[in-house]
Amino acid sequence: MNLSNLFRIAWRALNKNKMRAFLTMLGIIIGVASVIAMLAIGEGSKRSIEKQISEMGANMIMIMPYDNKAVGGVRMSASNVQTLKISDYQDICNKAKYVGAASPYVSSGGQFIYQNKNYPASISGVSPSYLEIRQLKIKSGYMFTDSDVKRYNKVCVIGKTIADNLFTNGENPVGKIIRFNSIPFQIIGVLESKGYNSMGMDQDEIVLAPYTAVQKRILAIDYLHGVFCSAETEDLAPKAVESITQILAKNHNISNPDDYDFEIRSQEELSSMLTSTSDMMTILLACVAGISLLVGGIGIMNIMYVSVTERIKEIGLRMSVGARERDILVQFLIESVLISITGGLIGVIFGFLSSYGVKLFAGWPVFIEAWSVVLSFVVCSAIGIFFGWYPARKAAGLDPIEALRYE
Amino acid sequence: MSDKKIIELNNIKRNFQVGTETVHALKGISFSIEEGQFVTIMGKSGSGKSTLLNILGCLDSPSSGNYLLDGSSVQSMNKDQRARIRNQKIGFVFQNYNLLANTTAIENVELPLMYNPEVSTSEREKRAIEALQRVELGDRLYHKSNQMSGGQMQRVAIARALVNNPAVILADEATGNLDTRTSYSILKLLQQLHKEGRTIIFVTHNNEITSFSQRNIVLRDGKILSDTYNPTILSAAEALEKLPKEEDEEETL
Repeated sequence: MNLSNLFRIAWRALNKNKMRAFLTMLGIIIGVASVIAMLAIGEGSKRSIEKQISEMGANMIMIMPYDNKAVGGVRMSASNVQTLKISDYQDICNKAKYVGAASPYVSSGGQFIYQNKNYPASISGVSPSYLEIRQLKIKSGYMFTDSDVKRYNKVCVIGKTIADNLFTNGENPVGKIIRFNSIPFQIIGVLESKGYNSMGMDQDEIVLAPYTAVQKRILAIDYLHGVFCSAETEDLAPKAVESITQILAKNHNISNPDDYDFEIRSQEELSSMLTSTSDMMTILLACVAGISLLVGGIGIMNIMYVSVTERIKEIGLRMSVGARERDILVQFLIESVLISITGGLIGVIFGFLSSYGVKLFAGWPVFIEAWSVVLSFVVCSAIGIFFGWYPARKAAGLDPIEALRYE
Repeated sequence: MSDKKIIELNNIKRNFQVGTETVHALKGISFSIEEGQFVTIMGKSGSGKSTLLNILGCLDSPSSGNYLLDGSSVQSMNKDQRARIRNQKIGFVFQNYNLLANTTAIENVELPLMYNPEVSTSEREKRAIEALQRVELGDRLYHKSNQMSGGQMQRVAIARALVNNPAVILADEATGNLDTRTSYSILKLLQQLHKEGRTIIFVTHNNEITSFSQRNIVLRDGKILSDTYNPTILSAAEALEKLPKEEDEEETL
């Protein structure tokens, strides 16, 4: 049968009942719009979390010593475990695959003092590449160099919180000498502010110094508290972790993974933990929206069903002038699909509008993904066919004689 | 008038199963209708005329017997084939017009052609306009069905029956809902179409109609009671003339 004719027939039939067609569509419009808006809100919050994580260094890998021996039944805290050596760091730099930058890490807590001000914080001993790994930037002054590291120079770079607390008169910290406990360090740079991270930690409460200086002049140790690395890309982080694990296992002569005296963590874990919450919210929102889409579909079925009953006589007439069962079936299917597709299109537009409305008025981050639009559109077309089928089947199954006589 | 047989019924029987009982609606009907005849089929309610009409219109199949419509055997056809033959060989005119509500005259007339994939859009429109002009509604192409009088609606229905150029026009009590004057004008139109060579079967329980047809078949209890040719066919046009003039609005009915 000529499909374009059937299309025209269905179009005329819908046109005769514009108001009803529109009200039926409304269910689909609201359903599709809410699916798109909810997914956009969910995706937006997920992206904003991911952005925060990547600001912390999305491809960062942390290597910490881990005491699994429990000598005499006492487990040592990570900073007292001496298994991670500078040679491990060098091997990671030289041999590990997919590792971009690496920095040793030692830290010590204490009091920073400048004139009559003091502030408690810890000093982190690192190498210059730490900036790149943690995605930190120098705001004024400069970062210490590898030669500062070699010479155990007592220089440091401080974060905004430290600067604000020690230099309350608005002096420029660069060039000033502060004391860490009793040891003087010269400030050579100030870091750009990063604010609080997603877990509420102040990322500006930070003092960076050459790790050699911290090791020898403050702590008097030759082992490391940790190694920070960055994978070449975020996707390569698991492979980099694997490579580092192999090197360390070989260096420490450990074959059984249960006996590893180190622990490797990547940001992946953190990000999956944080995004799982927002994923769950997205799923929840999408479910609610999906239900409204379903209800819209049932609305179509309801209206189509009423429409068939109301038009029994018309169906009889169409059959008497030569419409086959299939023609009637297709006509009613086209009607319901037209309603759902038109509703879907309008719904997509409203979905976009409401997403941006949420962004504008509530200030929530939103992001509309192409697949969510395609998905809701495909689902609503499928709903049109699915819920149109039964009423259409009913219409096509009518006996023309009975239908013509129906009052 | 040619002798070509448009309709040949041979011992048509139709039984209905109502509960455990079998109702014999048609108990062996045989007749043939030649091309260009104007036949009325008369019968009281329960005589089987509706069942016969349904079979003639290929809406129903006989329980037994042969039905040849324009040379093709209908009782062996499946539903789709019968739909096709209704589409191309038969024009229905119903008592209550059965126009699509809130739809223009031209769209109503186009309807049978919409189900015929061989007719293009432009030809469909052309033929619908021609059919409407034929029933003197050329000036009301775009009037909607609810803006027309009963007579006009029945004319649209006749145009719809004509538009596919059918082998036979089946009218089912086509004047049953109309007043005398409008009935005559519809009969006048049918007589004109008959003169142009159309085959018309008019099913009615109204005795009066039979005097305008060429031949009259009377059914009773599922059998043919009589099958007579009308010696003096009245002219509906004259009957219309003789009616007392009411106001002057009647001409466009």
